[in-house]
Amino acid sequence: MSETYIARSSAIAARMLAGEMMVMNSMDSTFFTLNQVATAIWQAADGRTPLREIVRSQICEQFDIDPEQAQTDAAQFVADLSQHGILLVSDQPMRDPHAPEER
Amino acid sequence: MSLLNEMSQKAFDLGVPISVHLDVTYRCNERCVHCYLDHEDHGEMTTAEIKGVLEQLAEAGVFFLTFSGGEVFLRRDFFELLEYARRLLFNVKIKTNAVMIREAEAQRIRALGVDTIQISVYSYRPEVHDAITKLPGSFERTIKAIRFMRDQGLKVTIANVLMTWNLHDSDGLQQLAAELGVHYTLDPTITPMMDGDTSILSLRIPGEELPEVFRNPALVPNMEEFCAPPKPVSEDDLEGYSCSAGHSFCYISPYGDVFPCVQFPLPSGNIRRQKFFEIWNHSPELKEVRSIKAKDLNVCSSCSHVSSCTRCPGLAYMEGSMQGPSSADCEKSYYRTGVPTANMLRNSGRARMTPLVQIQPLPVLA
Repeated sequence: MSETYIARSSAIAARMLAGEMMVMNSMDSTFFTLNQVATAIWQAADGRTPLREIVRSQICEQFDIDPEQAQTDAAQFVADLSQHGILLVSDQPMRDPHAPEER
Repeated sequence: MSLLNEMSQKAFDLGVPISVHLDVTYRCNERCVHCYLDHEDHGEMTTAEIKGVLEQLAEAGVFFLTFSGGEVFLRRDFFELLEYARRLLFNVKIKTNAVMIREAEAQRIRALGVDTIQISVYSYRPEVHDAITKLPGSFERTIKAIRFMRDQGLKVTIANVLMTWNLHDSDGLQQLAAELGVHYTLDPTITPMMDGDTSILSLRIPGEELPEVFRNPALVPNMEEFCAPPKPVSEDDLEGYSCSAGHSFCYISPYGDVFPCVQFPLPSGNIRRQKFFEIWNHSPELKEVRSIKAKDLNVCSSCSHVSSCTRCPGLAYMEGSMQGPSSADCEKSYYRTGVPTANMLRNSGRARMTPLVQIQPLPVLA
């Protein structure tokens, strides 16, 4: 089974406001807010950890969500954000030399 | 309400500084006739100091960061600061005259994920633009830079300050912006100089010329609504605030002074002596700004325009009171709608005055 790796695009801006992560893509000015679960996936998107592992360690354990459902939801979430250029997706680990620091 | 407006409103309600304008220098390679700045360097923040400020701003929740000046590219460390700001995940906008931007700089700006570049252009006629900037050849260099940035896919906005020297050039400049494939914005506001000198206010376009701007559908797409007489004032209107200055927005000078807005010279603290968080949360000046609702305004609270006026508390402050009227905005409301403002009725027959209020860097403690 091939793995999925996710990394944050270098074109995005992000900040937490009142428990919600605001994310904006400078390429097309699309603006999103992420809920707690989506924020956890987004923050763990380091290009090196497989999505499956992120969901297992960051989502299922912290949010007490059914693993199968969590994997399906995460895959959909990743597909949505990659369509908007906010997440980069690959079947190989990615090295991001400009990995930004979030606050 | 869009999601972005919803989050901006949330920041306003919670008192989070979601947006900050940071001038990294007052030095400039142009000498625009309407500029309010003193271009001498009186001790700009160092690279390390600005990086420290950026860290504090990120910590405080700032999302939208505008780098401006002066001319930002006169700082040799500007790209270092820009890169640092992007590492901290700010949404970055740059205001520049662009004369120092070539293809390589445009590529680097794009690679750093800058959101928008706003560029000052005053006319579609090189001789008019260069006469305003007092830099021969500046029009050609600026337009060339705009092409470099557009070709990189950057979002570029031409910002035109309308004054007596370029009053009839806005249509031509808007057309040039369309040909270049960039946005266009226009502002008829001229503010007094930082040292209090009001001589440049003579460049303001006369009020009677404003309807030509306000009733130009090319410049004001929603002209009918924009120029409609003011709606009856409601209780909610009187409980409202003028703008986001000091509520969810502030300005920081190259010397670390914090103000409610770039156009509101009320010194509220200095980031070289206090943490930004401390200034934002505890400055008596910012607290005062935040306390003023429409119902508290002298004269304006009884004005029929109170719900739709663009009243700038900073311009009002420069006229003498942050709770008073801003005559320039009274004029705009009148010429926009044809309905006189309470301040105009009060002052009819009296000469308009603009007292001097000076921006001075706060004294540095030993």
